[in-house]
Amino acid sequence: MLKYMARRANVRLARFLGAAALLAIASSANAETLKWARRLDVQTLDPYAYNEGTTYTFNQQIYEPLVSRDDNGKLIGVLATEWRMLPDNPDIWEFKLRQNVTFHDGTPFTAKDVVFSIRRAMAPTSNVRTYVNAIESVVAKDADTVQIKTKGPSLLMAENLTAVLIMNEAWAEKNDSAAPQDYMAKKENYAARHENGTGAYRLVSRESDRRTELVAYDKYWGIGQFPLSIDRIIYTPIQSDATRVSALISGQVNFLQDVPPQDVSRLEQNPDLRVVKGPESRTVFLGVNMGEDKLISGNAKGNPFADKRVRQAMNMSIDRQAIQTTIMRGQSIPLGTILSPFASGFTQEMGRVPKYDVAKARQLMMEAGYGDGFSVTLNCTNDGMVSDERICEALVAMLAKIGITVNLDVQPSAAVWPLVLHRKTDFYLMTWGGVNSQILFENLVRSRGTWAGVEFKNPEIDAKIDSLSSEASIEKYNATVAEIWKVVQDECFYLPIHAQMLARAMQNKIHVTSHVGNMIYVKNVKVVK
Amino acid sequence: MKRLTRKFAALFGSDIGHSYLRSPGALFSTMVLLILIAAALGAPLLAPQNILDPRTLDLLSANTPPWSANALTGHFYSFGTDDQGRDVLSATLYGTRVSLLVALVAVLLSMSIGVTLGLISGYFGGRTDAAIMRIADVQLSIPAIFIALLISGLSRTLLAPGVRDTLAIYMVILAIGISGWVTYARTVRGAVMVEKQREYVQAALMIGLPTRTMLLRHILPNVRRPILVIATISLALSIITEATLSYLGAGLPPTQPSLGTLIRSGQDFLFAGEWWILFFPAATLLTLALAINVLGDWLRDVLNPRGL
Amino acid sequence: MTGFFLRRLASVFPVMLVTAFLSFAAFHFIGDPLQNMLGQEASAQDRARLAAELGFDRPFYIQFLKFVGFALQGDFGISTRVGRPVLDLILERLPATLELALLSFFFAMSAGIALGVMTALRPSSALSRVSMTGSLIAVSLPNFLIGIGLIYVFSIKLGWLPSFGRGDTVKIGWWTTGLLTKSGWKAILLPAISLAAYQLTLILRLVRAEMLEVMHSDYIRFARARGLPKRLIYFSYALKNTMVPVVTVAGLQLGSIIAFAVVTETVFQWPGVGLLFINSIRYSDVPIMATYLLIVSFIFVAINMVVDCIYYLLDPRLRAVGGIK
Repeated sequence: MLKYMARRANVRLARFLGAAALLAIASSANAETLKWARRLDVQTLDPYAYNEGTTYTFNQQIYEPLVSRDDNGKLIGVLATEWRMLPDNPDIWEFKLRQNVTFHDGTPFTAKDVVFSIRRAMAPTSNVRTYVNAIESVVAKDADTVQIKTKGPSLLMAENLTAVLIMNEAWAEKNDSAAPQDYMAKKENYAARHENGTGAYRLVSRESDRRTELVAYDKYWGIGQFPLSIDRIIYTPIQSDATRVSALISGQVNFLQDVPPQDVSRLEQNPDLRVVKGPESRTVFLGVNMGEDKLISGNAKGNPFADKRVRQAMNMSIDRQAIQTTIMRGQSIPLGTILSPFASGFTQEMGRVPKYDVAKARQLMMEAGYGDGFSVTLNCTNDGMVSDERICEALVAMLAKIGITVNLDVQPSAAVWPLVLHRKTDFYLMTWGGVNSQILFENLVRSRGTWAGVEFKNPEIDAKIDSLSSEASIEKYNATVAEIWKVVQDECFYLPIHAQMLARAMQNKIHVTSHVGNMIYVKNVKVVK
Repeated sequence: MKRLTRKFAALFGSDIGHSYLRSPGALFSTMVLLILIAAALGAPLLAPQNILDPRTLDLLSANTPPWSANALTGHFYSFGTDDQGRDVLSATLYGTRVSLLVALVAVLLSMSIGVTLGLISGYFGGRTDAAIMRIADVQLSIPAIFIALLISGLSRTLLAPGVRDTLAIYMVILAIGISGWVTYARTVRGAVMVEKQREYVQAALMIGLPTRTMLLRHILPNVRRPILVIATISLALSIITEATLSYLGAGLPPTQPSLGTLIRSGQDFLFAGEWWILFFPAATLLTLALAINVLGDWLRDVLNPRGL
Repeated sequence: MTGFFLRRLASVFPVMLVTAFLSFAAFHFIGDPLQNMLGQEASAQDRARLAAELGFDRPFYIQFLKFVGFALQGDFGISTRVGRPVLDLILERLPATLELALLSFFFAMSAGIALGVMTALRPSSALSRVSMTGSLIAVSLPNFLIGIGLIYVFSIKLGWLPSFGRGDTVKIGWWTTGLLTKSGWKAILLPAISLAAYQLTLILRLVRAEMLEVMHSDYIRFARARGLPKRLIYFSYALKNTMVPVVTVAGLQLGSIIAFAVVTETVFQWPGVGLLFINSIRYSDVPIMATYLLIVSFIFVAINMVVDCIYYLLDPRLRAVGGIK
């Protein structure tokens, strides 16, 4: 296969470049601590227990996947050097593994560990199952080749495996962590507080809610290939926006990941600091629960959300432009769809912002029989996305103008997401990150999808979504994706708001790039004195 | 003003009236307090914007600095606007209203609980007294703010999300009210125990006056001075406690903001250079509490020179 | 003495029993502990089985006794937010809170007594006037506003002191201390000052009032008439006599400092039990709320008792009567 050959060449080139880079970097290797602050703490170190951005980002420093994405979202090899769909059998993916990789306890990394990890990711308590549910079986063909058999051709297998960080079989078995921690049931296992990864950094200490410390792993396989200018990471969660920013200004931390939009311009004016901005493949939107006969939390005749006109009216009453200029201070891209502009399947037409038209919205409400309005509770997070609480506050005012009385219930995301999971909310602010339509459909659209709190029940669409995972023809695949999007856009059960822009602020000497997935790979961070 | 003073003097003895007129601090803080109370009461009339009605919010006028016109809408704002386009002047007026209301009702609540229990405890003595005082001991050993936090926290857990915001104000009043009764009870109890021994009480008992009449008509009036002092001081304390609860997110919601809630949301913008969102509510809170405390200090000196 | 002590000790039990009962009630009736343990998708059978396992089907008083029994062994259940034993979480954070509380207590006491004496002796001096006005403002300023103000001036504008956290800590056994590192001291300064402000004004006013009273007493007048040195009169006779009420109030204020630490810890993101408690309120983490209530009231009750005993020892009049009412 031509693609395979091309990748092979790429890898060789990368190796060559890496060696060249080594010469350049070796002289400037000066130990530096990354004092990294974010809003939320890492929830668990067990990489399959909780699929959430902050936790995943952090665990990437300790554990590594087979393949990963670079700053622009392109797939790159990490623990795998080459991967391909077998030319003679599209149901099988083959991964060639990197040589001379060791886990932090010194044991060498082999194909057995990959097999173990993927099986572990498929376990009932795993929170990353959705990425591996197309897998039928996985076998180690030899010490550095793994073959994954899928239920029908799965074009996205390699992309999906970016979510599966590789663990050490012997270590997990020995420490009673062969199954993922049952995070939802608030259980703990050894892996939740200890680690044995292959990553560039290993755990020194961890106090939840306070501080987690990592140091560079001295036998890391990538020494010489990556800058590795940082030899120590101190991770500190700071909830309050103001405190987090002041910690950077006063030099207590030197890298801030969740910069509040209102502070961006001030930080930019500070000569000692640098702000790196870039778009993130994360969208923010509202979901309405259409499945109930009556509102769970509100006062209305029937379920107004079941009426498409009400949904359309709500969609028109959101002034996305105003949210962008005032609340987000320009740090967002207003959108008319819940799909990231960086995702395949995104079209300009989908993304076009719906016209803000209160008069028309009122008229639609009237036609739907809700001219006198209704009341409903909006479940909103205060730590789930940039300025989420303020966005919700603004939405309350906007929806009030078309007669909808919104009671705002603001809680930490740890309390709000379960409401969506268990369909206990009528109306909620939600976010989705990723560049893949199929995964989005499976989670957000398909009836009984994990996060599909909208309760959209359409067997035809469900069947179309299911057909994607075994679609071998890329043309047909794309056509089906487009068909599903048409329905999702038309039905209006998600009210899109925007895609977030990311701002990262750091001391001048620290160089962290922007990444569409909002990932940080500390091994790539450069320090220039 | 003079009539008011005279009335005041008639109620608490003419010596107070004299002392009052000669104390510039007390006079000044009364003025300040009256202005603030008037502003709070008149908030719906005075405020340019009804901040309780979300329809009046216009996101486009957000983040206007004080004493300037918004670049997009051209509206002029003397105190500026916050990130939601809320007029800070209006928010401060309404916030003062809520803060004062909560504190006043909470003080009345703890006063009625405290005075009632104090009267009962002091008058009946014995086991009743022992039981009430034991509860008082328990409560006094735990600081008020802590009890208030706990009540507020537990009620958040218990209440359904839909009604949480609407009931928040009652919960805060209850929390502050319940946490403050002990001082009243102890003071009243002590006073009652002294009064009980007086001849007039003994005489009244002899002619068969009902206990209730006895307590309310004859004993209660004799303890009103210390009660007034405690009430004034605890009014300032209640205002601060409410602000603290709201600041911690266990008080009033942003849809029904008190001064503490406004400070909480303003804090996020302080370092971004938008100081006015925090400054005006904070300055009002300080002025309010300071005025009441100056008044309380003066009252204590006049009414109860030996200290409480 | 022993009699008084024992009687005082006996009176602690009902208090602790009441708080234990409140914690128990909170744990059992607020939020569903079974639901928390089972997760959302459990069947009715799972529920009944777990209920039987944990003894939830037993009579109420037996459950309560069991709760007390477990609590005495230090088993307060599992946090529903973090999924770890509550006691571990609290013990991990207790050193931070205690260090903060004790240091600000020390600030409040030393500055309060010094300023109190000064304002009593030289009421018209500039510093006295400033401290009296300052004390009135400090009582009227909520603790959190003082904290925000300090951060604004010293961390943001001047950049001298950190605005959050504990700095570097050193582990000594299970105790972590920030008082052995420079960054630890820098970090504790602002929170300790903001926490001390209110208590400082209380002590200041109390010392001042007591001093003024003592200065008018006969024996001080005699001492003056005898021409004893002023310093001896002020500090040896007068101040000593004001100490009994000051010690009592100060002792009680220590409890209040621990309670207000909740606020300070939130402002400065100080990783103590107070911050843990606030988070548990936000996340409806009832086991932590209940345990915190129990442990903190235990601390308060213990402080009260110690204060009573000191009082008893210091004041001979009480001994004659046979105890405090």
